[in-house]
Amino acid sequence: MTTPAAYQVSHLDALEAESIFVMREVVAEMERPVMLFSGGKDSIVMLRLAQKAFAPANVPFPVMHVDTGHNFPEVLEYRDQRVAELGLQLVVASVPEALASGMVRESGDGMRNRIQTPVLLDAVEKHRFDALFGGARRDEEKARAKERVFSFRDEFGQWDPKNQRPELWSLYNGRHHPGESIRVFPLSNWTELDVWHYIARERIPLPSIYYAHEREVIERDGMFYAVNEFFRPRAGEERFKAQVRYRTVGDASCTAAVRSDADTVEKVIEEVAATRITERGATRGDDRVSEAAMEDRKREGYF
Amino acid sequence: MSTEIVASANAEARAVTGAGPEARPMDLLRFATAGSVDDGKSTLIGRLLYDTKSLFTDQLAAVEAVSAARGDEYTNLALLTDGLRAEREQGITIDVAYRYFATPRRKFIIADTPGHIQYTRNMVTGASTADLALILVDARKGLVEQSRRHAFLCSLLRVPHLVLCVNKMDLVDWSQEVYERIADEFTAFAAKLDVPDLTVVPVSALRGDNIVTRSDNMPWYEGPSLLHHLERVHIASDRNLVDVRFPVQYVIRPQSTTVTDYRGYAGQVASGVLKPGDEVMVLPSGFTSRIAAVETADGPVPEAFPPMSVTVRLADEIDISRGDLICRPNNAPAVAQDIEAMVCWMDETAPLRVGGRYAIKHTTRSARAIVRGLHYRLDINSLHRDESADELRLNEIGRVRLRTTVPLLADEYRRNRTTGGFVIIDEATNRTVGAAMIVEAS
Ligand SMILES: Nc1nc2c(ncn2[C@@H]2O[C@H](COP(=O)(O)OP(=O)(O)O)[C@@H](O)[C@H]2O)c(=O)[nH]1
Ligand SMILES: [Mg+2]
Repeated sequence: MTTPAAYQVSHLDALEAESIFVMREVVAEMERPVMLFSGGKDSIVMLRLAQKAFAPANVPFPVMHVDTGHNFPEVLEYRDQRVAELGLQLVVASVPEALASGMVRESGDGMRNRIQTPVLLDAVEKHRFDALFGGARRDEEKARAKERVFSFRDEFGQWDPKNQRPELWSLYNGRHHPGESIRVFPLSNWTELDVWHYIARERIPLPSIYYAHEREVIERDGMFYAVNEFFRPRAGEERFKAQVRYRTVGDASCTAAVRSDADTVEKVIEEVAATRITERGATRGDDRVSEAAMEDRKREGYF
Repeated sequence: MSTEIVASANAEARAVTGAGPEARPMDLLRFATAGSVDDGKSTLIGRLLYDTKSLFTDQLAAVEAVSAARGDEYTNLALLTDGLRAEREQGITIDVAYRYFATPRRKFIIADTPGHIQYTRNMVTGASTADLALILVDARKGLVEQSRRHAFLCSLLRVPHLVLCVNKMDLVDWSQEVYERIADEFTAFAAKLDVPDLTVVPVSALRGDNIVTRSDNMPWYEGPSLLHHLERVHIASDRNLVDVRFPVQYVIRPQSTTVTDYRGYAGQVASGVLKPGDEVMVLPSGFTSRIAAVETADGPVPEAFPPMSVTVRLADEIDISRGDLICRPNNAPAVAQDIEAMVCWMDETAPLRVGGRYAIKHTTRSARAIVRGLHYRLDINSLHRDESADELRLNEIGRVRLRTTVPLLADEYRRNRTTGGFVIIDEATNRTVGAAMIVEAS
């Protein structure tokens, strides 16, 4: 990718170098880092970068999955396979267990987006993690566009968007008191298209649901939801079969698919380059709650 | 929807520059906006995204809906970057927003920064990594204190390229005279600063004149559109390829039965070119060795240069740890505990005072420092030096002398933005309270 003659690197190489730098800073300076790993494409790319950052040594931290209990089976399978392959320690912060123990209660709409925050924070406290890598990108959403690479959280896991630490050059300040933590976003400057170019270039395998396949769906608010045990059609919603793929993978009860014939990485790149709708806009019921849905969730400690 | 985007001057002539598949490796340009409140920074970014077709329909629909609900006469493109609740409520930018777009020539990372003096530290955050800064001025108002402050900060941070955008030309009848007066005034001010490259463009961010395509409203302007300049400005030689500086970030030592006796020094090349066989010196110890290999996870590479993240292996076993620096024996930074630096103070709760003790972070090194002296505080408007000052308050800039607990491996900031800059951290609150640019190290 690089052209040494001109001492220039491509933008993907520059992004990769920046992400690797960020990860090494965290491991060098923080005591107990952990990487959020959901089996989604961004966390998969992040994990690949972690492998690269510390090679030939192993990835020097555990991964954590905040399991809402609403999973796509293909994604769980992928998660377990990856974890085994890389010999990683997997921490599962389980929403179903938290529901059973009474730590959280199901919300009225059945969405588990909000209740996963206390479950995440509980696991952070229990394991005394002081740095959490997340795969969020600034191009995803307008509140994320505002967040630092090293994002300070107080002892309640809260983000204060009006009072962020200045972050100059590549000098990241991870200092914190006991109980506080830092969320770290190594993919901050990547776009959806960059992620896909990287997946193609590095030949990174993904869960099959990222590629076009036939599925039984219903249409709601212009989005296509798969019919499964977590998602029940309402009266009057008609089930039909369609060629779809997932642009994002989140909670299976509120993540929608898009119509697509893109069954290879090259076709997905073409599709993403041509699309006129953001990935969250196209696929996330949870962001449609209000203008500032993401900001409000982030303040409370969400990723 | 009752509101509309104000039509671009030459709508049909708009370049189609959507981000296509990576046909060839693109390079990356990071730029930041600067200038006073309401001079049109966020609108300009919105316009740039809109006219390069980098906006998504749902983003646009959301902004149109908010604009319509507020009774705006036209869609307020500034809402595209003002993403926080408080920003929308107050109609101002509080913190940096990062936005991304690409044309077939380049990928761009934009930092849209706030204009209020109160949020200067966020502007500094956005400008510190920029290759280029756009300084906006409202054509009706001309240069104001914040325009000068931000131009000064850009020069202090050594942003290599400045573009003055004389904005809102639609409100001054596209007047060449107004434009030239502001351009002249700014050029005269910039001459007193250290500005390596200055370009001036008359624009209307709201209407899109000279943003992506050249405007028919200002035939007297013969220069390129803003995007044309952004796509072509030469940044490759901004990097320092002469002084080898490799701050060691992390020592890779696999605890493994398959990979044994491996010891590699991981880091990002700050400047210079490293090659296997090169004679190198390690600071602060001063030991010398040769580069045995430069590696990445994908295998060895023939050379490494900025901004590559690599792992360097040396021919000899020497004691090296995080915070050390690899350079060449005949071209080394200072190993210094007495540091003279320009400091921009960013803490509203307590000023910088002589005698104050702080933590600092410089490259991959952490140290403590005591403020030994404050030579002067700078008046940014007049560039006058106030030598009677005894403290620096929020957003004030001055020349400071510090003594550090351990030596810094330091260059002048003007020579090296990585080994020449450090941040000052309050040890009690852990907040980043100052940005420092080294003038002299001994
Ligand atoms: N007439 C006119 N108004 C503009 C232009 N650019 C920005 N504005 C308006 O100036 C106001 C402030 O713009 P904004 O982008 O928020 O400024 P910022 O504080 O520098 O980010 C908004 O009402 C814009 O619509 C322009 O070129 N012409
Ligand atoms: Mg603004």
